[in-house]
Amino acid sequence: MSHPWRRTPWLLPPLLLIAGFFLYPLYFVVRESLTADSAPGVTLATWQRVLTSGRFLDALGSTVTISLAATVGCVVLGTFFATVLAFVPFPGAGLVTRLVDTLLAFPSFLIALAFTFLYGSAGIVNTALGGSAVGDFLYSPWCVIAAEITFYTPFVMRPLLAAYSHVPREQLDVAASLGARPGRVFARIVLPEALPALAAGGCLTLLLTLNEFGIVLFIGAKDVTTLPMLVHSYGVVTFDLPAACVVAVIQVALSSALYAVYRRTFHKGR
Amino acid sequence: MLVWSRRGRALLWTVFALVFVPVVLAPLAVLVLAAVAGSWNGVLPTGYTTGHLGDALAGEQVASLSVSLQTAFLAGIGAVIVGVWGALAVREAPPAARRIADAAMHLPIAVPSVVVGLGLLTAFSRPPIALNGTMWLVVIAHFVLVLAFAYSTVSAALERTDPAYAQVAASLGASPMRVLWRVRVPMLMPAVSAAASLSLALSMGEVGATIMVYPASWRPLSVTIFTLTDRGKVFLASAETVVLLATTVVILVGLGVATRRGRR
Repeated sequence: MSHPWRRTPWLLPPLLLIAGFFLYPLYFVVRESLTADSAPGVTLATWQRVLTSGRFLDALGSTVTISLAATVGCVVLGTFFATVLAFVPFPGAGLVTRLVDTLLAFPSFLIALAFTFLYGSAGIVNTALGGSAVGDFLYSPWCVIAAEITFYTPFVMRPLLAAYSHVPREQLDVAASLGARPGRVFARIVLPEALPALAAGGCLTLLLTLNEFGIVLFIGAKDVTTLPMLVHSYGVVTFDLPAACVVAVIQVALSSALYAVYRRTFHKGR
Repeated sequence: MLVWSRRGRALLWTVFALVFVPVVLAPLAVLVLAAVAGSWNGVLPTGYTTGHLGDALAGEQVASLSVSLQTAFLAGIGAVIVGVWGALAVREAPPAARRIADAAMHLPIAVPSVVVGLGLLTAFSRPPIALNGTMWLVVIAHFVLVLAFAYSTVSAALERTDPAYAQVAASLGASPMRVLWRVRVPMLMPAVSAAASLSLALSMGEVGATIMVYPASWRPLSVTIFTLTDRGKVFLASAETVVLLATTVVILVGLGVATRRGRR
């Protein structure tokens, strides 16, 4: 176009909406975090109180560990599922792919709800295996990790399946006819082609699991608190708004740093 | 084909089934079973009933479903319009403005929904704009959260369309408005439909921001399901979840059919 700047005003309406409904509220979150009941004016008292509390440090630790563990699980499972579906398809593989796509649009809490029937104290697994075979699994961090793996594996599979569709089947056949074993074909031909998609999917999963709230809320384990849960409990359960805002600022810093890395790495062209 | 030996394939498929069934299939199946379970003392339900589904479609619950649908439609329509507008405007902008605007439109994806809710609660609970206790805070929260996804869907489709069509139309003398309405927007219709579907589905299942801002008079289904779960009414909660999923799927299929008809 010959006069690109002439069209720039069209950008204003959407950007103003983002500014008004997203950035302006975030500004208030920062401002509120700098207030305290004990001291008037701008103060770091709430920051100090929250950052030194065991509750916050526990939540930070479990948020990071849970999301790292869930991401590793998703990458491993997602790669396995996608590879079988794409390169060793069985009758009905198309149906399974569509089911996985549908799962992407579902709310995450349904997995947590299902887990209470599966792994609760009177759940299916305990009844089937007798007594308390899985014990307190439902209220452990492992259960949250397992639920997140179930829900977020499709987020790894989707880009991976798209990347796999660009791998020429002939290359695989030729490699195999020359005597390469499946493991070698996978490592030398399939994996290099899929690596960027896998990294992008993994990075997105890490971001989404850091921010995950529904699963943790619905499982409701007392000992498993993550940062989003802490924002919720400070914000609308104990009405400690300044403390909720401190946790929110830290969470936003963490998530947007990760998102910046993700964009820099995978959206260079834009 | 990656694995050529029959035994290797059989082994791989067995492992696939052994992992896929308990991890992905079992939770979905259990939820549906719970929705129709009369009593559940054994491994499988000992009796079946449609009572929970009936309750899920009555009284308070159906009011909540209607709140969810209204919220999803309002937020979804807004997000699709602003998303299409944003995608077209970003595409036309000079590179520097384009990069910044694109990042700004994507930004809400990076922030947890609970924080979006907390922000709206803090910013709009005081003058000049006090919206707390109204349905609008819920609608705005959903709009902000789904906008990034709607924009992202449309903008990815726009990257793939050939600008030549619009250029040819313009060179033949069509005014910019006419090019927009007759060429560019129609070419984007599949993406618009996909964006609308995604927005609706995400909005129907949103919990994080909703639970921070919803007033008693405007309680979406996802929050109702949480309240039921919290009170131990897990069978009704499951039935309610099945109703939510079924409603979403019906709307999405309807949207898909409407789009295909429209294109003929």
